[in-house]
Amino acid sequence: MNSKSYSLFLKDFKSELRTRYAINALAMFIIVAISVILFSVGNEKISPSLTGGLFWVVIFFTAMSGLSRAFVSEEERGTSLTLQLIAAPSTVFLGKLLFNIILVFAMNTIIAVLYSAIFEAFIIQNFVLFLVSFVLGNIGLAVSSTIIAAIIAKAGAKGTLYPVLSFPILLPLILTSVQLTLFSLDGISFERAKFELAIVVSYDIIMLTASFMLFDFIWKE
Amino acid sequence: MIWKIFLFLLLAFVSIAGIAFPIVEKPSAWYEFPLIPGLEENAKIIFFHVPTAWLTVVAFFMSTIYSFKYLRKKNLDDDVKSYAAAQLGMIFCILATVTGAVWAKFAWGSYWSWDPRQTSIFALLLIYGAWFALRSSIESEEKRATLSSVYSMIAFVTVPFFIFIMPRIMTGLHPGSADDSNAGPVVDFKMNGNMQLIFFLSLIGFTILYFWMWNVGYRSILLREKLDKKLIRG
Amino acid sequence: MTNYSVEAVDLNKSFGRRLIFNDLQFKFDKSGVYGISGPNGSGKSTLVKIIAGIIGASKGKIIHKLNDKEIIEEHLHDHIGFVSPYLVLYEEFSTYENLNHFAEIRGISFNKERVDFLLNKFLLFKRKDDLLKTYSSGMKQRVKFIFALMHSPQLLILDEPTSNLDDEGKNSVYELVKEEGQKNIVLIASNEKHDLEVCSDIVYLEKFKN
Repeated sequence: MNSKSYSLFLKDFKSELRTRYAINALAMFIIVAISVILFSVGNEKISPSLTGGLFWVVIFFTAMSGLSRAFVSEEERGTSLTLQLIAAPSTVFLGKLLFNIILVFAMNTIIAVLYSAIFEAFIIQNFVLFLVSFVLGNIGLAVSSTIIAAIIAKAGAKGTLYPVLSFPILLPLILTSVQLTLFSLDGISFERAKFELAIVVSYDIIMLTASFMLFDFIWKE
Repeated sequence: MIWKIFLFLLLAFVSIAGIAFPIVEKPSAWYEFPLIPGLEENAKIIFFHVPTAWLTVVAFFMSTIYSFKYLRKKNLDDDVKSYAAAQLGMIFCILATVTGAVWAKFAWGSYWSWDPRQTSIFALLLIYGAWFALRSSIESEEKRATLSSVYSMIAFVTVPFFIFIMPRIMTGLHPGSADDSNAGPVVDFKMNGNMQLIFFLSLIGFTILYFWMWNVGYRSILLREKLDKKLIRG
Repeated sequence: MTNYSVEAVDLNKSFGRRLIFNDLQFKFDKSGVYGISGPNGSGKSTLVKIIAGIIGASKGKIIHKLNDKEIIEEHLHDHIGFVSPYLVLYEEFSTYENLNHFAEIRGISFNKERVDFLLNKFLLFKRKDDLLKTYSSGMKQRVKFIFALMHSPQLLILDEPTSNLDDEGKNSVYELVKEEGQKNIVLIASNEKHDLEVCSDIVYLEKFKN
């Protein structure tokens, strides 16, 4: 089953390389979002904790710009039917999830790099902690965003509904991830962050399980 | 019919008692409440804030349970029951948030301070709002029921995070959170017998009221649907 | 002769509170061409989608069997070919790429011989590396047939297969259908007279509307 999901991911990846819809739009969005913050802040000095919070603001809205495409593009074009004819729901879910995970990692790495370069207060003191919480947070973000994307794609809803549905579900993850980012900026040790890390891990596992079980209901009409 | 009159009397008594009974240092008469340091007059809000918060949780659970039933049996009646519960849940959630904010102003100095419980009830408000927004964007009955039921289940799964975990890691002002030394009037039972009685009567009264409203709510929606069908058939 | 069978047992479908059909029964276990007919809006497309496992029934079920063993839902798509006007393939890829992807996602190896044979049969071999974007609607319809046949399914489901086709196109479809019907089960959902003439047995949906 994994190779089938991987093949679906490859199909989406190749399609993206060919048409470049998502990549262009997302890259521009990241630049615009960070620019807006820069201009709004002006010459004010922002504290490390504020940059930590804003970091996740940009991550959230960028995710909302780009992660629904995985399902919405199939639904809009009518190729959902095609997928249903060649793959089991679980294959589709895992394939799309893989695509979104890669996309999230790519986007957030760019955001993290830009942030470090642009905001002086964004200095990561505990890099290992940052890296671990980055990886875990990205996975959780991808999982939740993917299942909600599936819902809104089937609802035929416009883009505005996506953040509305995603935010409450992502809230525990965002709150904890912001906390972990602040810890890594402050140089808090890995030991002391264990509880928060455990929260993110359990969030990832729980959301993955729930999404996997519920996807069948969404996908098959 | 009789129980409706009973309910009316009960809630009337609770409301009057909750608001009018005086708070004194040493309660002697049956209609007097003790003074709880830190809360004083504001303690009375406990008769209304806690039941509304309690009911919003009950409504949420009921809505989720009927969503789950719908996913299993695909019986649209279950979806209607879920919807009726969610409507009431939304109302009580708003009430709980508002009464909570009023209490916060008097007890802690500001209406909102992102205490974990406040954050949780706000998140619940967002979940309800998102759920209704999702429903109103879908025309087909079946799709609407299925997709909103799935969303209910997903939301349900995140709720334990708010209830159990957030209060542990975030310091809060709410009675009973991470850094509060006393567990709060309800848990500690600093209320005397009278207060406890009024409190539990309020809780019971409001709960009965909720179930009654829910029952009337879903039956009226079902009736309306039947009428719509008859009108279309002509 | 075929060792595949498809059977409907007490099938009922409603959309919300609107009944489409009720108590539907049929069984096809011999190779051949069969029809599903009914006026527009009677639920033909709905029924074939249920048979293909794309949407679910409200009550009852469809049982697919190969060699008398029931096929589970997850594997259905390996045995079914589906063609319909509303089927859409990926326009940013060429025919060859599309078919390659489909084989990989299905999890079966890409049978180059069979695909080339089908491409030739449908006169598309020369244009197999052109993007679907550049195809005419008639050509796209032919690609859909290749998509439906490339994995040699035992059950071929055709929803309105001759819509938008000229007489020549229709005839080639009928030829294909008869050929497939020799060894496999072909289901045609249509209310076109000529389409139904090819069918040996027909399910009339109006009968199940009570």
